[in-house]
Amino acid sequence: MNTIQPEVIQAYLDKHVATPLYAHVETTNGAYATHNDPDFHNAGMFIRNVVIEYSIGQIKGHGPYRVGLKLDHGWLYVEGLTDFELHGDQLLLAGHDRLGRLACALHLDPKPLPQGATEVEDQ
Amino acid sequence: MTGPLLVIFPHPDDEAYSSAGTIIQHQKNGHPVTYVCLTLGEMGRNMGSPIFTTREELPKNRKHELEAACAVMGISDLQMWGLRDKTVEFEDEAELAARFRALIDNVKPARVISFYPGYAVHPDHEATARAVVRALQEMDATVRPEFLGVAFDHRTETELGKPHVIIEVGDEYAAKREALLAHRSQTEALLRSIDNAENAHVMELLQRERFYHYPFS
Repeated sequence: MNTIQPEVIQAYLDKHVATPLYAHVETTNGAYATHNDPDFHNAGMFIRNVVIEYSIGQIKGHGPYRVGLKLDHGWLYVEGLTDFELHGDQLLLAGHDRLGRLACALHLDPKPLPQGATEVEDQ
Repeated sequence: MTGPLLVIFPHPDDEAYSSAGTIIQHQKNGHPVTYVCLTLGEMGRNMGSPIFTTREELPKNRKHELEAACAVMGISDLQMWGLRDKTVEFEDEAELAARFRALIDNVKPARVISFYPGYAVHPDHEATARAVVRALQEMDATVRPEFLGVAFDHRTETELGKPHVIIEVGDEYAAKREALLAHRSQTEALLRSIDNAENAHVMELLQRERFYHYPFS
């Protein structure tokens, strides 16, 4: 992945206003955070292939970055983003910690993101 | 131990850390090894050290890594069941146990290796362990294969005592290290720290594979 270039991300977000997009949103501390440090409260979430549509989409901050998408009935918000890849209309945003481990992610794609081993097989 | 070995774990690399030496010794003794890996570790947070992949590419990387690791360990029958990482505990446990039972009836293993329920730390590990034990519990004791459970919760030795079976990796350590290294996206940073002697206790764990028998009723 490459370090986020905010103008590239903003151009993508502007281009996809009012477009149905499949989203993958995630935060994670890894599955072993509490095992490694009993005082650490582990928390995480992911939601994959939920379809969203936004009227305003912006990237803010000076790195790590925040992205907020104003949805018809709410918001999608992710903070801590550091790196990106763009594959045509598929945008991958990720936040990596100092050891290079994934901490958060936001992926947007007009097409469904792949699910499961069968599709991996087919690729 | 004579006869086939059946290994069941949820994530590519679970087998290499816990059991590579045992697996290699089995197949070198002429016994076939079947490995059922439930997910592709799609949700792992390690993206390589340095980073070389993304959340979307990781399943493909880990599938290739798994195949390479199995080649190193001489696993002849690798089955990828296509569940999704982090979701095993939300599947129907009875259904998963029934699939394991059908697998056991088909492979006819002398020994089954998986996680030990209650002491396996990760929710996917626990869910796998519960379903494996459930499948074995339902078998007649006279035909039930030996079960070796991997336990690594901090409570393990206090509550379960010393491991019931310890397998010295010995001369197979180089091959075990190669199998671990095959899971490059997940293991590179750890192996580097072992090479720098920062993790003597991990080295010790990797060289002596520890298992517990389960008290089936």
